[in-house]
Amino acid sequence: MRKFILKRILQMIPLIIISITINFVLIRMAPGDPIQYLMSDPDAPAAYIDELRAAHGLDKPIHIQFIIYMRKVFTGDLGYSFFFNQPVIGIILERIQATLLLTVTAFLISLVFGVTFGVIASKKPYSLTDTSLSISSMIVWAMPSFWVAMLLIVIFAVKIPIFPIGGMQTPAGGGDLQDILWHLVLPASALGLGGMAGYTRLIRANMLEEMGKDYIIYAWSKGLSERSVYYGHAFRNVLLPMVTSIGLRLRFLFTGAALTEIVFGWPGIGRLLNESIFRRDYYMISSIFVMIAIVTMLSNLLADVMYAYIDPRIRYR
Amino acid sequence: MKIALVRSRIKNFTGFWQQFSKNRAAVLGVIIICCMVLTAIFAPWLAPYDPFKMQIGRQYRYQEPSSTHILGTDRFGRDVFSRLIWGTRVSLFIGFIAASIAAVIGITVGAISGFYGGTIDNVIMRFVDIFLTIPTFFLILMVAAMFGNSIWHVMVIIGLTSWPGTTRQIRAQFLSLKERPFVEAARSLGASKRHIIFREILPNGVFPAIVSMSFRVGGAILTEAGLSFLGLGDPNQVSWGWMLNDALQSFLVAWWLPVFPGIVITIIVIAFNLVGDGLNDALNPRLKER
Repeated sequence: MRKFILKRILQMIPLIIISITINFVLIRMAPGDPIQYLMSDPDAPAAYIDELRAAHGLDKPIHIQFIIYMRKVFTGDLGYSFFFNQPVIGIILERIQATLLLTVTAFLISLVFGVTFGVIASKKPYSLTDTSLSISSMIVWAMPSFWVAMLLIVIFAVKIPIFPIGGMQTPAGGGDLQDILWHLVLPASALGLGGMAGYTRLIRANMLEEMGKDYIIYAWSKGLSERSVYYGHAFRNVLLPMVTSIGLRLRFLFTGAALTEIVFGWPGIGRLLNESIFRRDYYMISSIFVMIAIVTMLSNLLADVMYAYIDPRIRYR
Repeated sequence: MKIALVRSRIKNFTGFWQQFSKNRAAVLGVIIICCMVLTAIFAPWLAPYDPFKMQIGRQYRYQEPSSTHILGTDRFGRDVFSRLIWGTRVSLFIGFIAASIAAVIGITVGAISGFYGGTIDNVIMRFVDIFLTIPTFFLILMVAAMFGNSIWHVMVIIGLTSWPGTTRQIRAQFLSLKERPFVEAARSLGASKRHIIFREILPNGVFPAIVSMSFRVGGAILTEAGLSFLGLGDPNQVSWGWMLNDALQSFLVAWWLPVFPGIVITIIVIAFNLVGDGLNDALNPRLKER
């Protein structure tokens, strides 16, 4: 097992290098550069602009820029943000915290309610409860997340003003835990609803499949309690597809909230990336992309390791 | 010979339709999609107003739904109902074209990878792995933001970034089907590789691509809505996402602006998901044998 993990991590290194290269090329291919964005004043003297470009190394040929960038990345220097005038790493780490607070809360909401609804629906298939749960989860699953966000604001912040319209804290005097949690309710619900519907559908479908198998009939005929058959037998086997789906969703903890963050003005990484793209903030964009690539690879690995742990039939060598 | 072939095709289709139409929800999905396609085609005759026509004057702006404007007007006094009808065109067009691009690339690459195996397969699959580590939505966002936002860009980019799933499915089909006796038979009769790939294996293994294409049309419509919502859609077209983007500035005072486009998007995505489920049930040979 240890050997397998080590091998996979070593395999990641060339993938990361290729991923950085693709990002670098794609970003540089686009028209415009960060200096142009910063110097939107048409009267700025051309000599000054050239000087700025040279100071940031943007006047060198692109392959030289690439080599310099790669060398920096491998010494742990992810570069400098043109817009914030700070190293990108500090800003990214700060924004990640806000994003994770939002996405992890949403993920927990979707997991807890999704599993509960899925199990309830699968207990009496095609009953009234099951049909209404299935239909509503199908509808929620198809709704665009940013639209749900807008609806929640209209209902719970405008028509019935219980929650704040947006932001992460009250502008003046806010910022304590209670204030942040209060601001978290609507965005986390907007983001969690879709995932909840997804888990409801997944759990229901897999539970129904398991309940039709021979070992369940055998368990019933042994005279086991309903509880033991459901949770001790069927549900344990539903965990496997669930872990797959959670593993695949781990990267969404970092990127999946972008549209929700924008609607609610939440200071997260998705909103930062969106703004950075418009500002042509080269190193910021690259760093966020590379970070997401690494997170994706690690979460795929984590999902594989979790399989082996849950399912004794799987052995890696 | 040809007549026999046509007859067997028709027979295949009626068999498929019998299977498919058992699923009432899937049939509902087909009906919804047909209605939407008709709406898109006949939009100029169905829309009561010109979707671009602005009405100057405060009394025309932000009108609540009424008998003259059944879904109200927006901040420029444009009729929301007419815009919704015209928006059908852009959304369906982008959905179908993007899904078709993804299907063609996904099937071709997957077939090559699965059929030839070895080094070619290895290189292709590593490339797919890398591709899957890129956050697709942001890639689309970046390309749209940097290379200009026209409807063509949007659908080509969505198509070019959503093929790896299909590739994996088709590759898996090819890996198992190419070892079957009927392929061996075709090979021993001297059939060309092209014939074996496209005439022998593909018809038997294409069903996962058809199923995922149905889901992908809905997905592409959602992606387009998200892009337009961020202001990266085509400003010269009416699309549902663009209407939601417009609504972002005024939804606190005019609830009908975000509500109706969102409902239409949800309905069309549900319809494509239902059809996808139905296709999966009707086409998947593993399920048919039960």
